[in-house]
Amino acid sequence: MSAPIKTPAADTLPRPAGLAGLASDWASDQRTFKNVSWGKAMMWIFLLSDTFVFGCFLLAYMAARMSTTVPWPNPSEVFALEIGGTHMPLILIAIMTFVLISSSGTMAMAVNCGYRRDRRKTAILMLVTALFGATFVGMQAFEWSKLIAEGVRPWGNPWGAAQFGSSFFMITGFHGTHVTIGVIFLLIVARKVWRGDYDTERRGFFTSRKGRYEIVEITGLYWHFVDLVWVFIFAFFYLW
Amino acid sequence: MVDVRSGIGEALPPPEVEDVELYHPHSWWTRYVFSQDAKIIAIQYATTAIAIGMVALVLSWLIRLQLGFPGTFDFIDADAYYQFITMHGMIMVIYLLTALFLGGFGNYLIPLMVGARDMVFPYANMLSYWIYLLAVLVLVASFFAPGGPTGAGWTLYPPQAVLSGTPGGKDWGIILMLSSLIIFIIGFTMGGLNYVVTVLQGRARGMTLMRLPLTVWGIFTATVMALLAFPALFVACVMMLFDRLLGTSFFMPAIVEMGEQLQHGGGSPILFQHLFWFFGHPEVYIVALPAFGIVSDLISTHARKNIFGYRMMVWAIVIIGGLSFIVWAHHMYVSGMNPYFGFFFATTTLIIAVPTAIKVYNWVLTLWRGNIHLTLPMLFALGFIVTFVNGGLTGLFLGNVVVDVPLSDTMFVVAHFHMVMGVAPIMVIFGAIYHWYPKITGRMLNEALGQIHFWVTFVGAYLIFFPMHYVGLVGVPRRYYELGEMAFVQESVHSLNAFISVMALIVGAAQIVFLFNLAWSLRHGREAGGNPWRATTLEWQTPETPPPHGNWGKELPVVYRWAYDYSVPGAPEDFIPQNQPTPGLVTHETAS
Repeated sequence: MSAPIKTPAADTLPRPAGLAGLASDWASDQRTFKNVSWGKAMMWIFLLSDTFVFGCFLLAYMAARMSTTVPWPNPSEVFALEIGGTHMPLILIAIMTFVLISSSGTMAMAVNCGYRRDRRKTAILMLVTALFGATFVGMQAFEWSKLIAEGVRPWGNPWGAAQFGSSFFMITGFHGTHVTIGVIFLLIVARKVWRGDYDTERRGFFTSRKGRYEIVEITGLYWHFVDLVWVFIFAFFYLW
Repeated sequence: MVDVRSGIGEALPPPEVEDVELYHPHSWWTRYVFSQDAKIIAIQYATTAIAIGMVALVLSWLIRLQLGFPGTFDFIDADAYYQFITMHGMIMVIYLLTALFLGGFGNYLIPLMVGARDMVFPYANMLSYWIYLLAVLVLVASFFAPGGPTGAGWTLYPPQAVLSGTPGGKDWGIILMLSSLIIFIIGFTMGGLNYVVTVLQGRARGMTLMRLPLTVWGIFTATVMALLAFPALFVACVMMLFDRLLGTSFFMPAIVEMGEQLQHGGGSPILFQHLFWFFGHPEVYIVALPAFGIVSDLISTHARKNIFGYRMMVWAIVIIGGLSFIVWAHHMYVSGMNPYFGFFFATTTLIIAVPTAIKVYNWVLTLWRGNIHLTLPMLFALGFIVTFVNGGLTGLFLGNVVVDVPLSDTMFVVAHFHMVMGVAPIMVIFGAIYHWYPKITGRMLNEALGQIHFWVTFVGAYLIFFPMHYVGLVGVPRRYYELGEMAFVQESVHSLNAFISVMALIVGAAQIVFLFNLAWSLRHGREAGGNPWRATTLEWQTPETPPPHGNWGKELPVVYRWAYDYSVPGAPEDFIPQNQPTPGLVTHETAS
């Protein structure tokens, strides 16, 4: 996305190590984070902002859950499935979590392959990641429809506090939207990798800038973030 | 300690990144409408913000007509009055001040002042403006929707905001308001990421963070704050939208409306207040910090003197930015909270006075024995300092719980708030426009019209808001449609209210002079030349004025000194531009 690094400052000017290095980077000209491209810096700052969005959602949910005077439905029971006659609490959520964490693994492998300019493997691994993501969203759709069939609505549910349903649909919905956007992103980038856009320096349709393999890593940052958020949702919504 | 001014004998680092490739527009549409040039985007932002700001100005006239002459104007009924105050507040704070400082001045000044060709992601930057415009249009649409705009007050407190007693509560008003805010935040994030990354990663050679003009420091810190504070508003808007549209009960307690028990129950209105003010208090500084930064540069340039205590000024900006995230509940003293929380938030609030006072002292010390030119930007800068000190002092009153509780719902708060966050930043915006208009258009604004504008605005603003403090102190409540038969309200308060209203009309009319000046000087203003104020910062050193696409021609600027080399002893001129080399400096080229 940004201009490639011409002469990394590390090569030409000696930079002190450790804290002194941090201070010297912040005191330097041109770039505060040496060797961090514009695109990556932008994604990190966006993720910081998005952390605050999810943080607010989760804190609001926790405030609602702690202040409610009616009983909060028991998540282990609500999210239990009968499989083959066995009652398994939280089984679907466990599978969903497993799928999403696995997708982080394939994403990391895709980033690695991207930097080794392995076009085919990168594209395939990104597609696998997207597939895992789509599976996750699919299971979430199943979970939603199951709860809706059992009478859970944003404004109420058969078992207790109305905020259970509203928080559930809002938080998982917002997270699911993030995953869906990530899947779309992955598919677009995978297509470009497959076509060799980043080898031929083909220009972006909208930005008319040359693409670079780094976009794989930037997409990966977003993807890992969405995974990490899920871990918090899992811990605070389902396990609490 | 590193010498911030110049590094004689210090090696100039080599370029770390290649010069960027810019998108070159091919048609009139991509050059002037869907432009990716930060300067065009800045003008689009500013024009839109000022246009919607004029709507808010007219609304303030209508508010004052009602307050000054209650019962005289039939078309202002109670509902309309609440709609006016809501939209006036929301437009002024978010759609005018935030958009103009960050979207307008940020876009224009950041790339020029840090020595970049453009923002780092021009396409996202362009989207930012168009999404902002969409947010404004959604907001405007609420004026024409059934039931009119929301009348919930600019803080939109639930439960009243979504109930039928409030205008727009059960109609389209509140829905459009919340949607517009959500859209605004999405658009702002796109721009905000650009500003932050441009300042951090897109600076010219030699431009260290401690050589940045304070304008950039102010806008940069404010943008970082906005990226962290707007999420809270975003979440609050989404949740209230669900309360209104889906019947959820995030903020809605069990409540009876028009004698009918509603389906809601168990929600917490206080939760909304926490979310809102976690955004709302940083928002004050999101507006104030760019103003602090700009006014520092105006004072230094027009007093021909280096800014006093540059490092202190930078740290004060950063510390104010940090502290502003832990003071929010001082807006909620009357909502009720644990006394220890009140103690905590009162303490942090008063601590903010320390870095803020450092800034005020430094401005005054910059002026001290300076070669003060009473140009229009300087006049507005002085006007800012006075109003800001005034508004800041009453802020100390309101920061204390025991003083705040009786004053909280009176006009005293309105006066304080308008002094510190209304008049003061607007003064800086005017000063900044008079200062940078020559760079943007190549022509000076008319001096005589500007003098009229300044004196009427400055004196008038004082005549409006200074008496308002007294109105508040005698106990006149805010947000009341009319005072009616309140025994404690003396007759003199009513005359004072009428006086304030007349002054408001006059000050408002003075802004028309300003708008006329903007339009007239575009054609008929005096030719400005490249650097009419003989300023040091990079934007005045562009090869052409107004700066073309890409700003700098072939060669990017190289920075050798801080932004405040005014009246340096022994220098041939009383200013040394930031890109003028120090004799004897070892550059990378000569060294290798």
